[in-house]
Amino acid sequence: MSVIPEQRVPNSYRTGPDERGHFGLYGGRFVAETLMPLVLELEQAYADARADPSFQVELDDLLAHYGGRPSPLYFAERLTEHLREVSAASGRQGGAKIYFKRDELNHTGSHKINNCLGQIQLARRMGKKRIIAETGAGQHGVAVATVAARFGLPCVVYMGATDIKRQRPNVFRMKLLGAEVRPVTSGSGTLKDAMNDALRDWVANVHDTFYIIGTVAGPHPYPAMVRDFQSVIGRETREQMIEREGRLPDTLVACIGGGSNAMGLFHTFLDDRAVAIYGVEAAGYGLDVPNGHAASMSGGAPGVLHGNRTYLLQNDDGQILEGHSISAGLDYPGVGPEHSWLKDSGRVNYVAVTDKEALDAFQLCTRLEGIIPALEPAHALAYVKKLAPTLPRDNLLVMNLCGRGDKDIFAVAEHLHMEM
Amino acid sequence: MTRIDKRFVELKRQGRAGLVTFITAGDPDYATSLALLRGLPAAGADIIELGMPFSDPMADGPAIQASSQRALKAGQTMRKTLAMVKAFREKDDATPIVLMGYYNPIYVYPVDGFLKDAVAAGVDGLIVVDVPPEEDVELCLPSLKAGLNFIRLATPTTDARRLPQVLANTSGFVYYVSIAGITGTVAPDLADVRAHVGRIKTKTSLPIAVGFGVKAPEQVRAIAEYAQGVVVGSALVSAIARSLDAEGKATRATVTGVLGLVGQLAGGLRQPAAAAAS
Ligand SMILES: Cc1ncc(COP(=O)(O)O)c(C=O)c1O
Repeated sequence: MSVIPEQRVPNSYRTGPDERGHFGLYGGRFVAETLMPLVLELEQAYADARADPSFQVELDDLLAHYGGRPSPLYFAERLTEHLREVSAASGRQGGAKIYFKRDELNHTGSHKINNCLGQIQLARRMGKKRIIAETGAGQHGVAVATVAARFGLPCVVYMGATDIKRQRPNVFRMKLLGAEVRPVTSGSGTLKDAMNDALRDWVANVHDTFYIIGTVAGPHPYPAMVRDFQSVIGRETREQMIEREGRLPDTLVACIGGGSNAMGLFHTFLDDRAVAIYGVEAAGYGLDVPNGHAASMSGGAPGVLHGNRTYLLQNDDGQILEGHSISAGLDYPGVGPEHSWLKDSGRVNYVAVTDKEALDAFQLCTRLEGIIPALEPAHALAYVKKLAPTLPRDNLLVMNLCGRGDKDIFAVAEHLHMEM
Repeated sequence: MTRIDKRFVELKRQGRAGLVTFITAGDPDYATSLALLRGLPAAGADIIELGMPFSDPMADGPAIQASSQRALKAGQTMRKTLAMVKAFREKDDATPIVLMGYYNPIYVYPVDGFLKDAVAAGVDGLIVVDVPPEEDVELCLPSLKAGLNFIRLATPTTDARRLPQVLANTSGFVYYVSIAGITGTVAPDLADVRAHVGRIKTKTSLPIAVGFGVKAPEQVRAIAEYAQGVVVGSALVSAIARSLDAEGKATRATVTGVLGLVGQLAGGLRQPAAAAAS
């Protein structure tokens, strides 16, 4: 796959992190001493892999023939029409031209496989014999269990007990794939607690274990490494849009849990200053409801958790809050450090939509486009519903449809009071 | 010289290793925790590690996680932890207190204010698990400047190449983590620990304390043969947990039970010295 060269401007948004893993104030390596040598070893191994052309060749082959890439860039015609009508009804003649980047069509049903294929290749290069991971919605867990099965490595996935209940189909898929799913009951039994337990496992099994983190968080080099593995989304988008429309997109929209699908789409475009970029956080019951949302940037403050400094949901005493979102993949109390830096620098606009708005968008997408989205990208879509009618008709908007909604149908049925 | 330095000089004079006890501030409630803290020196604690509770104690096993949760549930905050140290200092100006925990509650305090208040309260040193030497400018260097000891953890994964970096800005003592793992889970391999401590000793003149997984008086005695301090934590907070009533409230057995256990552990350290003296 050829990559269209990107222009470099001197004052670039794409040079981070520095050699200590910092994106400005954010990022870093805030881990216990036991893990520090491992984190340094991983950094070295990743640098070596990047310098080795065969690593990328093998990864590209897996992404294409196992993962199903490239994913299509699809013109969402009926949604576009619908939002143009909404625009007209409000007296404007706008309505952006909406494209979906169809990463829900990947093997395992979300963008998570892009990163997992990259990390499992690295684990194999490093001679690691055992894979661990954390998961929230279970999409990352399924992707990890999948690549572990594919390469014959034993795999343990930590998952919050609360999440196990609301994402049952994914729990079953992981088990079918041969992974051991360990329920996490500490704390609130959600994603952050699963990450704590995965880190505890790693500390206790340093010699043979590779920890596949599922988002652009954790200690350096994870945020940069996961970003690099996910950036295939943005590279393809750039190429596909130029092919279809002869130019770059004007607007990008993606949902933010830890921020990996968003960073994957955004990163390639950060120095194309004319491209407006929106990251959509989960506002849950509303940003004004204490501990009722998962919008760490819109409603949190900088702090240190899980190996890096970033915006966090926390109280005045520095205790981490549980947060809430209808979407198990978004209710993480932190966000990748590079997003925190992009927020402060003003390059990316971070906004938030509520559970209800996401649920409405979920239904709209299903009915208008015949695509059942995951509840996570339904948040991105909910913002597109608001944004697109305000934009001119020639505005090319790309939304990352990063996961499919099969895993969410039980939860949605419950919220909509529908019989299955 | 900080109280920590003085205490190790005194221990050396007595010809024995010190008992370092860990409890979490505010576990199971402020008043009980303060009573425990005040009782520790007489029960046999030579140095006190006081845990600053955190919602996400990633380096800790179930016992200390639960202890942190109990303290937070009972309303413990960083300000209350510092107030506890201050209250302790009113009656004891000799026993060193080391605050141990995670960076975030210090970071949001924020760092400058925390260091000022900690020094004023009578804190002697800090152990902050998730700030490695790579991030020294954050907290380690400011702590040293404020006059506090910054005690670093060396672990089984700290190899010879890395050890100098770990020791560089460490003061007070070196804390050797006896297992690659979280607190209170597996028992350390004592022969292994001895070899590691021996290696660290060739690189520093600081006292070395050994902890993580130490529970029984025999382990304490064995480690005391070659280390200057032995740290016991999970065993003490587990004793707190066992003493609570069905609602999780302290009982009359809480303070006496925990201090009794400290007495047993300390006995193992004092016997050989006493025997030698007689
Ligand atoms: C489909 C989908 N989208 C998004 C997310 C959120 O993660 P990130 O923000 O890293 O893309 C998840 C996480 O589970 C997910 O499953």
